[in-house]
Amino acid sequence: MTAILTNLFDGVAYGMLLFVLACGLAVTLGLMNFVNLAHGAFAMAGGYVCMVLVNRMGWPFFAALPLAFVSSAAIGIALERTLYHHLYARSHLDQVLFTIGLTFMSVAAVDYIQGSSRVFINLPAALQGQFDLFGVGIGRYRLMIIVICGLLTIALQLVLAKTRFGSRLRAAVDDPRAASGLGINVPQVFALTFAFGCGLAGLGGALSAEILGLDPYFPLKFMIYFLIVVTVGGSSSITGPFLASLLLGIGDVAGKYYVPKMGPFVIYTIMIVILIWRPNGLFGRTAAR
Amino acid sequence: MSAASDVGYNAQRQARWHYGEIAFWLIVLSCGFLFPSRYLIMTDILRLALFTMSLDLILGYAGIVSLGHAAFFGVGAYAAGLLALHGIINEPVLALIAAGLAAMVLGFATSFLVIRGVDLTRLMVTLGIALLLEALAERFSNITGGTDGLQGIEMQPIFGQIPFDMFGKAGFFYSLAVLFLLFLFARRVVHSPFGLSLRAIKNNPLRAAAIGIPVNRRLIAVYTLAAFYAGIAGALFTQTTAIASLDVFAFERSADLMLVLVIGGTGYLYGGLIGAVVFRLLQELFSTITPQYWQFWIGLVLVVIVLVGRQRLHRWVLYVPNLILRMVAGRKAVVAVPEGDA
Repeated sequence: MTAILTNLFDGVAYGMLLFVLACGLAVTLGLMNFVNLAHGAFAMAGGYVCMVLVNRMGWPFFAALPLAFVSSAAIGIALERTLYHHLYARSHLDQVLFTIGLTFMSVAAVDYIQGSSRVFINLPAALQGQFDLFGVGIGRYRLMIIVICGLLTIALQLVLAKTRFGSRLRAAVDDPRAASGLGINVPQVFALTFAFGCGLAGLGGALSAEILGLDPYFPLKFMIYFLIVVTVGGSSSITGPFLASLLLGIGDVAGKYYVPKMGPFVIYTIMIVILIWRPNGLFGRTAAR
Repeated sequence: MSAASDVGYNAQRQARWHYGEIAFWLIVLSCGFLFPSRYLIMTDILRLALFTMSLDLILGYAGIVSLGHAAFFGVGAYAAGLLALHGIINEPVLALIAAGLAAMVLGFATSFLVIRGVDLTRLMVTLGIALLLEALAERFSNITGGTDGLQGIEMQPIFGQIPFDMFGKAGFFYSLAVLFLLFLFARRVVHSPFGLSLRAIKNNPLRAAAIGIPVNRRLIAVYTLAAFYAGIAGALFTQTTAIASLDVFAFERSADLMLVLVIGGTGYLYGGLIGAVVFRLLQELFSTITPQYWQFWIGLVLVVIVLVGRQRLHRWVLYVPNLILRMVAGRKAVVAVPEGDA
């Protein structure tokens, strides 16, 4: 019983992490219908920035996390303004080719700068080990992830639902043409959201170094997971990807624990079945444009 | 001339063999005699060309974007490897066809999943299928050899007559023959009414359905055919290198394949062939400059191609040949410019 609860806890932490990593992609896909396979590269950038700050320059871990966010967001907005915005009107094939190209470049560049082996971030002692809560083993690091990601999710939901920027964003998602007709600067809204999504990915990348492992192949290895979150969750709201990430996280942890021999088989099968059953995602409401 | 006969006339004129095409194949054949020390890389190029042609059939002609075409390549590779390893079918040509058919069955089965949904769903489903097969091949390592791959494959002589030599000469001409035959067939297919209907579907599925083209059945058919081609390419890989390992399913293989096709140009069969040559040469060049990091340059090429625009790039490449044609023949250039976006 306690093993199930521990697994559930780990799964939730994993899922929350995936959500923070992937929710930027949900916006990119949902808002501009842009297939960004290079999303993992932004996460990797954040992870490596955090690693360099903590391990080489001796920053405290919690001070490095915001820097991971900022640096990924900065890279994101620079690329968005210089390269990405040329491609919004292009075909999906062009977008796929372009972002695969970016991914390859990021993989080779990080390999060149930092070497190809897996890197670890030195964690403060307070985050290591685990404690028992009613007999259930709770990892401190995972608990921190759940707290941070949970707070982020609530904040995101509030921003989307309550603020002026959130309503502009939702308007732009629903109908970009009508939104720009109402005087909303859709490209600007998108650039900001893109940068924010990249920043979240960077933060996720920094947090995931301990759990998912951080090496130059990170963008390729986890690309499919991000895409699963978005396609299964649907890109019309934030709750869809959130629930999909939790499902994926719990499913993956449970699958690896109970049927280790099947490996990632379970996840892929479930994804294909769901996509056949509901091509627009479990929680999607509008048809993809 | 009525509109219908006009269309028929143009379609037939398109389908006729041009002198350029004959010259192209003669050059390819003569390469086999001119560079006897380069058989291995030339065989590699032929294989890649066949694989790319397979992707071109679905992407360039039918407009299905696939990120998991390596699935069929891998099935063909493992099928050929297993057939040879366990001595089930010893004759390479028969084994080749059997491996192609195995991939074809998979293609037919998965085509129903692929034709559903929009571009993004297709991307995910094709990618998912390739990853699924990779996971399966790793899981059943007692059959596939796991991460070590199939080892100790002994290829029997072709037709029981021509043995594979260590310089790869037999392998090269064998691959060339297979490629040429399959090219002839593909050429026939894309210029047939069936091929024309595929282009109609690619341009506008709704309109194609409105004029009475059974869209889904056509897509299933061409997807199955492309799977057969990819399976043959995979089987050639195993037969000429005598190895099959997990990386036949790798995502990088599918991604590289897209790059090859995009370099060559989508929507005409020579695109795959030319793209394969250019890609391998680029790869050689990059890996001599920076052995470990050639992937960076490949990525850069992709990004530049997309940013410059594929059509513009092809116009630039064709600018000089067209200029010469205009000056020599004094007529408007007829060099085929590949069709637009998928």
